[in-house]
Amino acid sequence: MINGPVILGKNMTGFKMREMVMVGKNKLIGEIIAIDGDYGTVQVYEETEGIRRGESIISTGKPLSLKLGPGMLGNMFDGIQRPLKKIKEDHGSFIPEGIGLISIDEEQLWDVELLVKVGDYVKSGQFFGKVEETPLITHRILVPIGVEGEVVWIKEDGKYNINEVLVKVKDIKGNIHDCLMHQEWPVRVQRPVWERLPIDKLLITGQRVLDIFFPIAKGGTAAIPGGFGTGKTMTQHQLAKWSDADIIVYVGCGERGNEMTEVLEDFPKLIDPKSNRPIMERTVLIANTSNMPVAAREASIYTGITMAEYFRDMGYNVAIMADSTSRWAEALREISGRLEEMPAEEGYPAYLPSRLAQFYERAGYVKTLSGEEGSVTIIGAVSPAGGDFSEPVTENTKRFVNVFLGLDRELAYSRHYPAINWMNSYSGYSDMIKKFYEKELNEDIEGIRNRMLNLLFDESRLLEIVLLVGEDVLPDDQRLILEVARVIKIGFLQQNAFHKDDTYVPLKKQLEMLKTIELLYNRGLQAVKKGIPISRVRNTELYEEVIKMKYTIANDEIDKLQSLNTMINEFYNGLESEYSE
Amino acid sequence: MGDRMKREYLKLDRVQGALIELSKIHSVGYGEIVEITNAKGDKKVGRVIKIDGDKVVVQVFGATMGMSVENSKVSFKGKPFEIPLSKKVLGRMFNGIGQPVDGGGDVYSEDLYNVNGRPINPVSREYPRNYIQTGISSIDGLITLIRGQKLPVFSGAGLPHNELAAQIVRQAKIQSKEGDNNFSIVFAAIGVKHDEAFFFQETFKKAGVQDKVVMYINYADDPIMERIIAPRCALTTAEYLAYEENQHVLVIMTDITSYGEALREVSSLREEVPSRRGYPGYLYSDLASLYERAGMIKGVEGSVTLIPILTMPNDDITHPIPDLTGYITEGQVVLARELYQKGVYPPINVLPSLSRLMKDGIGEGFTREDHPEVSNQLFSAYSKVQEIRALAQIVGEEDLSDKDKKYMKFGDAFEKRFVTQSFNENRDMNDTLDLAWDLLTLLPKEELDRLNPKLIEKYMK
Repeated sequence: MINGPVILGKNMTGFKMREMVMVGKNKLIGEIIAIDGDYGTVQVYEETEGIRRGESIISTGKPLSLKLGPGMLGNMFDGIQRPLKKIKEDHGSFIPEGIGLISIDEEQLWDVELLVKVGDYVKSGQFFGKVEETPLITHRILVPIGVEGEVVWIKEDGKYNINEVLVKVKDIKGNIHDCLMHQEWPVRVQRPVWERLPIDKLLITGQRVLDIFFPIAKGGTAAIPGGFGTGKTMTQHQLAKWSDADIIVYVGCGERGNEMTEVLEDFPKLIDPKSNRPIMERTVLIANTSNMPVAAREASIYTGITMAEYFRDMGYNVAIMADSTSRWAEALREISGRLEEMPAEEGYPAYLPSRLAQFYERAGYVKTLSGEEGSVTIIGAVSPAGGDFSEPVTENTKRFVNVFLGLDRELAYSRHYPAINWMNSYSGYSDMIKKFYEKELNEDIEGIRNRMLNLLFDESRLLEIVLLVGEDVLPDDQRLILEVARVIKIGFLQQNAFHKDDTYVPLKKQLEMLKTIELLYNRGLQAVKKGIPISRVRNTELYEEVIKMKYTIANDEIDKLQSLNTMINEFYNGLESEYSE
Repeated sequence: MGDRMKREYLKLDRVQGALIELSKIHSVGYGEIVEITNAKGDKKVGRVIKIDGDKVVVQVFGATMGMSVENSKVSFKGKPFEIPLSKKVLGRMFNGIGQPVDGGGDVYSEDLYNVNGRPINPVSREYPRNYIQTGISSIDGLITLIRGQKLPVFSGAGLPHNELAAQIVRQAKIQSKEGDNNFSIVFAAIGVKHDEAFFFQETFKKAGVQDKVVMYINYADDPIMERIIAPRCALTTAEYLAYEENQHVLVIMTDITSYGEALREVSSLREEVPSRRGYPGYLYSDLASLYERAGMIKGVEGSVTLIPILTMPNDDITHPIPDLTGYITEGQVVLARELYQKGVYPPINVLPSLSRLMKDGIGEGFTREDHPEVSNQLFSAYSKVQEIRALAQIVGEEDLSDKDKKYMKFGDAFEKRFVTQSFNENRDMNDTLDLAWDLLTLLPKEELDRLNPKLIEKYMK
């Protein structure tokens, strides 16, 4: 049977579940997803047009696996790790079917330095060599999982390709294992770690609404749901650009081709504030655009997370952005439909929640087999149908993530970006990373965060009243809340991704800005309580000055905020003395 | 191969709607083209959409009326759906499956082109940065169209989307090295009424561009199955013109809603598990296989810009077709019934409208330095107008604060002077931006929080 990307084959008793196969004369790559007696069901990762009945299915004997080794950073792959640049060189601007199984470059030579000597005892996951893959990232070469024993032979340091045997290890039974510069790993299997560690570090993103209000932790999980046009991709790009992870894996899953092209053009030009190197040097891109084969979309998420785990095992903090997990869920639905499985909600298969859980649970802050600390943070975009957050993918994702950043259409329409709705977003990490803020900023941010959030909540309640009776009837202290909430929204929550300073703001400045806004509120409240009318308390010039501080005060001159504070204090001191006379 | 080509099958198992089923088929490829000849000798074309053992399901383009299981001859062509293309297609008119209907004879070419195309490698794409001036203020100023973009028009039944599309075709101006010679239009009508198709033909004629237009027309009373092929023929032609003949191609498709419905009909005939509102689960991938064909390729002069038009059933933007379209395309132009009833033409509601690519194609070096901030300010102010209008509904316009009254005035002026323009009015980009500044003077200066003071000084009169 041939039905879109799903193929049913006969005489397939010898095939194994989840085995990779090649289909037909074009040798299309596929994976066995069901076996029933003599029949095997194959999901095919390439366009199946032209496949004939009777063409053969060839076993490869191994599951769908990745080649993990130097050559991933700075490159873009399709959903099953085939390099798109190489495909372009060999096949031109359009992607044909039958490309075959190619992966990271096997010819490029890398400068290897070995870290073990003959006689050393090595364990799985231990570093035995290193390669400076990019000026930013040292690629540590790991002893393959399952190999442990005495080093009996090593290659000299030098330039080799990824297929070179670098070390031979004799295990306890006397078997010799070759350790190459790369290793293979099945995408659907989680890579082992020594142990999971508690989550207690902030993933610094330089985005105010996240770092202060809804923090994402290193090793944590976050979901960004939003209807179309609310800025999911924009937010994901900002995180990929500025978050302080060592490695970024960006999976463009069923999204627009131009967006991936934009990343390819932008990232090499953007400079990481910490290292002063182009951020492309720490980025791996995986692209299955919406018109590329749907089965490979299902695999792309696993390809991404497996790469992320591999870098984590080297002791790096890795963040993976999946844009969008809804397209992945739809790929599951499409394949499930073609298999004529019984659907659950909205046609999605009943195993949707368990698949989502399996994916998000691959995040974590861990001690690796080599004893280093490393982490995988997952940030998944969700594209709810009709912008309705009660649909199955959003609902189920919510159960398995700890940070929920709801993007709001109303905010996006008024060009309030990032359009993260403070009313329905939350972060479960605020408490876990409390100590981190204290260490980093010498201050407790919980108090000010809650006070400012409460102002925003009060504002939304007051706005409902205003809608009924107008603003003028409100008492002055409540009108002050409305005015200050506006400052928080425009001056703090809105962040301009295209402004050189505002696109990334250091944590310290974020806090100081918020403190300035709180000062503005406190002094205003004090004045209102003394009976000074709101028309005087809300001084246009002063308020504009505070709103514009994000542009007028550069990231490296945080001290200038102090003079703004002085200005606020002086204004209200003057105002109060004027009225006390 | 040759032997197989000649083999004809004389018995069908089943005819239902546009699908026929055959069995005991020897060798057949997925997606292969099939020719069906009925007793009278009439030929129909179909396509293999499922192979199950020795059974084959064929989707027939054209009506299956009069077809019986006994009197039909079926032969398999051994190749996918292909059309011949040459530069001579310009000025021609075809039906939904690429057969000439203008009496001008067949198109001959050395190569045949598979209508399904293949995905553009993201590495090969060129990121679109050059804008197309449409001469329509609300689009140029706030939803700027970029060459190589896919920007749909979300409309409703009875709204003037066709007029808008026609106006864009007439006024669209690109800056290109070789002047206007390499600009062409591909028009795909999918399930449109005869008078709509006629309106477009007339418009192309009046604008004097009929020699630069290729038309694929599937009328509302034409076979539904052809609707699935029509946009693919059009896009294959567009890709050919853009990437082999270096043309800047503007593709206009109407109405994507009819396309989606045709897809749903086939899906239900195939007894597939439906997802939202009966549409098949693969609606997203299928729409993407059309829309994603817009774009530009590195090292090639031409481009494919796509403007699909769709009518939102019941003006509902969350309906699966506009919803999934919005997720794939690079923005949307939304028409609003409320504005149209107020007499605003073109009735573009700018708030839900968006052009995702404009951020990289406007401003200094492209349009004018003040463009990004001006558009931002207009959006923000007009969105404020909506809040204030809601408030005015309750407290009455009289009781609004002075500031709010200014906003009300701005809102009216924005709709009546900026958005509104006549069908024949072609505004230059500079005119549009100057007009925007003119409107912004209606607002108190401290409300202009998205504008750099330096720009205010330079442009505000």
